[in-house]
Amino acid sequence: MWSGFDAVTLARAQFAFTMSFHIIFPAFSIGLASYLAVLEGLWLLTGRDVYLQLFRYWLKIFAVAFGMGVVSGLVMSYQFGTNWAVFSDKAGPVIGPLMAYEVLTAFFLEAGFLGVMLFGMERVGKGLHFTATLLVALGTFVSAFWILAVNSWMQTPQGYGVNEVGQFVPEDWMKIIFNPSFPYRLVHMVIAAYLTTALVVGGVAAFHLLRGQAREASRVMFSMAMWMAAVVAPVQILVGDLHGLNTLEHQPVKIMAMEGHFRSYPDGAPLFLFGLPNQEAGRLDYALGIPKVSSLILHHGLNAPVAGLETAPRENWPPVGIVFWSFRIMIGLGFAMLGLGLASLWLRWRGGLYESRAFHVFALVLGPSGFVAVLAGWITTEVGRQPFTIQGLLRTTDSVSPLASPAVGSSLLAFILVYAVIFAAGLFYLLRLMRLPPHPGEEGPRPGEIVRAAGITPAPAIQPTSVHGEA
Amino acid sequence: MGISFDLTIVFAFIIAFAIFAYVVMDGFDLGVALLFPFYPERADRDVMMNSVAPVWDGNETWLILGGGALFAAFPLAYAILMPAIYTPAMVMLLGLVFRGVAFEFRWRTERARYLWDIAFFGGSLLAALAQGVALGAILQGVTVNGRAYGGGWWDWLTPFTMLTGLAVVAGYGLLGATWLVMKTSGALQQRAFSHAHILAFATLAFIGAVSLATPFLEADYWRRWFAWPGILLTAPVPLAVAAAAVFLFRALAARREVQPFLLSLALFFLCFVGLGVSIWPYVVPGRITIWQAASPEASQKFMLVGIAILVPIILAYTAYAYWIFRGKVDPQAGYH
Ligand code: HDD
Ligand code: HEM
Ligand code: HEM
Repeated sequence: MWSGFDAVTLARAQFAFTMSFHIIFPAFSIGLASYLAVLEGLWLLTGRDVYLQLFRYWLKIFAVAFGMGVVSGLVMSYQFGTNWAVFSDKAGPVIGPLMAYEVLTAFFLEAGFLGVMLFGMERVGKGLHFTATLLVALGTFVSAFWILAVNSWMQTPQGYGVNEVGQFVPEDWMKIIFNPSFPYRLVHMVIAAYLTTALVVGGVAAFHLLRGQAREASRVMFSMAMWMAAVVAPVQILVGDLHGLNTLEHQPVKIMAMEGHFRSYPDGAPLFLFGLPNQEAGRLDYALGIPKVSSLILHHGLNAPVAGLETAPRENWPPVGIVFWSFRIMIGLGFAMLGLGLASLWLRWRGGLYESRAFHVFALVLGPSGFVAVLAGWITTEVGRQPFTIQGLLRTTDSVSPLASPAVGSSLLAFILVYAVIFAAGLFYLLRLMRLPPHPGEEGPRPGEIVRAAGITPAPAIQPTSVHGEA
Repeated sequence: MGISFDLTIVFAFIIAFAIFAYVVMDGFDLGVALLFPFYPERADRDVMMNSVAPVWDGNETWLILGGGALFAAFPLAYAILMPAIYTPAMVMLLGLVFRGVAFEFRWRTERARYLWDIAFFGGSLLAALAQGVALGAILQGVTVNGRAYGGGWWDWLTPFTMLTGLAVVAGYGLLGATWLVMKTSGALQQRAFSHAHILAFATLAFIGAVSLATPFLEADYWRRWFAWPGILLTAPVPLAVAAAAVFLFRALAARREVQPFLLSLALFFLCFVGLGVSIWPYVVPGRITIWQAASPEASQKFMLVGIAILVPIILAYTAYAYWIFRGKVDPQAGYH
């Protein structure tokens, strides 16, 4: 059954599939944890019930999404050893400690305070509860910090040596952690998480506005989300541009693939809007481009020379088609989000933010777009690094475990089946929660209810008689 | 070399600690799920799940730490062992996925609740069984080729690994039952007492069987346990197991609430020590020692700083979380 595939291809497919599944949830929970902290903070500050309603509303959603992030993350942490054993042996001394720090500083923190955050309001008092919410939010950020340090080191390695058995060994931890692409990747990813969350919140609010359920809570969250989009979307584009320039410096071949530059342009390279990369022939078919703009973006000069893939050995080319198109999807969505943000500013100014149906439809349609952009961005990043797992140093084909194709193939199939079931069910429950508008007297994932986030909620420990909104 | 020599031993103990912490903590919450089929009442199941709901996530984090620290401190061992236990590892992960989401999903549906109950039980059973099988597969020895795993992908499947798999299921069941004895009251608690009794027998039988089988796997294990003068060191372990067993049965008979759980933990601890005696100082039994697999001093030092500072803090707030949720689970609270 698996004879047509080699173990490397299957292992790559498995990693890509499980990782793509995982990243959807952190992208949401990093943003949502911070949003919850803001809501609770505003509630404590102003005492307005609407913030508490919103807090409880999103807390239930957070609980479901977080649970899925946790279990898919656990899978990731073992994938390195099972499928990428050679990589683990070689890179373990450098990236292993970073991942251990992630567990110690982030995962325990999240797991430890999640219970208090989800149900503890009646038990520990407002101040301590708010602290727990802040700590969970901090935990999600710290987790992104470490894992992105790992990933960035694989993209732009430095601060290492190689020992007699061929392992990468640490020489300078500061250099390893703060490697050249890390600051850009961290900022870009965290903003992506915020943007993704804002779009989900905005989409849900727009849905309720469209259904005529313009309760105060729907308006408040719509307004908050649109402010976020208006401020953060332009910043994201700016950061993305800087990220790209950094990549140009350290991973030029990846940029060539993203731009679809097979040949070199000695006096000004076009920015291709469309084209079908033809890897075999080494050219971009049906290319449609704006002359010289790529030189302007990459080198800030219309006539700046730009080198193409022809200058790199073919065996170091990434799969250009995937990189080219995933990059365009991300950029396209980035500008659509910018459009949403600008339109919201315009409507705020002219009036009609809560009335314009067309705008609400726009916000609803963009609701899930953050996830698509995140996935597209990661595919650009990771596929663009091919054929290496550690840029320039370790090839993907030399990283894989000595496994038989059937072993990897069957486990891949099992992951696809299981994740499909879990994802369908999780999505169904999440949408069902989102379909109801937040309302006064919103229940949190509070114990004592039939419907609640039991995952972390020890219902029984709590007095069912405690009053809503009282700590 | 002097300092890294010491550090390597320190890390062997750190990883042993993380694995032990995982086994006992996730052990009881997996064990509670394993007992689901014997408690068909919805109300009982609510209480059972709620008794572990607040802490399972933190418990499972020890598994991530165990794997992560092994990766960081003994990358070669991680690289050899993971492919060797490929299938059980995958089964375990998929099992944990099912049971992890069941904690949330179960409360989001009325109609499909029974399905998530099955997922909770089935996922936990697969995970427990796979962990036991993985342990057996490592104990029985893996084929090493250079710096890589050299065996096939069915090597893990032997009668011995089936035995260890079932042993872990029984052991986790015991932890789960004694946890319920501690956290519940009334009829549910009475039922948990009788299950604890049966599972204590089963666990001891498995401990005996695995202990008898192990020395035949490798001459080396045999020598450690039965040759002079090692036997002076090893003999107390089985004696202590016997003593713990006696106390456990007495505590159960006397309807003690907390002691059975603590004594079950003691049983696990003794088995763990026994394993350590068999394996030490190898990480890949009989093939690769901890020193051969150790990562460079710079990696270990960097990590040790974090562990020394953070693990006490983690233990403190974990204890705090357990403290918040102390006491019996109120069966009425789930629905009113
Ligand atoms: C909401 C999500 C989102 C949006 C709207 C954008 N990005 Fe992005 N992008 C990501 C989410 C993301 C990401 C998922 O966070 C990635 C993947 C890896 C990384 O570091 O960030 C990424 C990677 C990534 C890379 C690859 C860097 C590398 O691998 O070396 C570049 C060059 C850009 N982005 C540039 C942009 C530009 C110019 C955008 C403006 C339109 C943009 N991104 C919008
Ligand atoms: C979080 C979002 C991420 C996504 C969506 C993602 C996606 C992908 C994809 C699509 C591939 C396949 C590339 C190919 O084979 O052509 C891949 C490979 C890989 N990525 Fe990532 N990745 C992510 C993060 C990370 C991180 C944080 C790390 C490291 C800690 C990492 C390490 C790897 C490794 C080891 C491979 C396998 C070897 C390879 O094919 O390059 N990835 N990933
Ligand atoms: C950009 C890449 C990644 C980011 C930003 C990220 C972030 C997060 C976050 C915020 C969580 C908390 C739980 C949640 O809400 O989902 C989480 C969970 C987890 N992630 Fe990732 N992750 C990334 C990639 C990875 C990779 C490559 C691994 C594997 C080495 C991994 C391992 C885990 C584990 C084990 C958990 C569960 C922790 C727990 O029990 O709380 N993550 N991740």
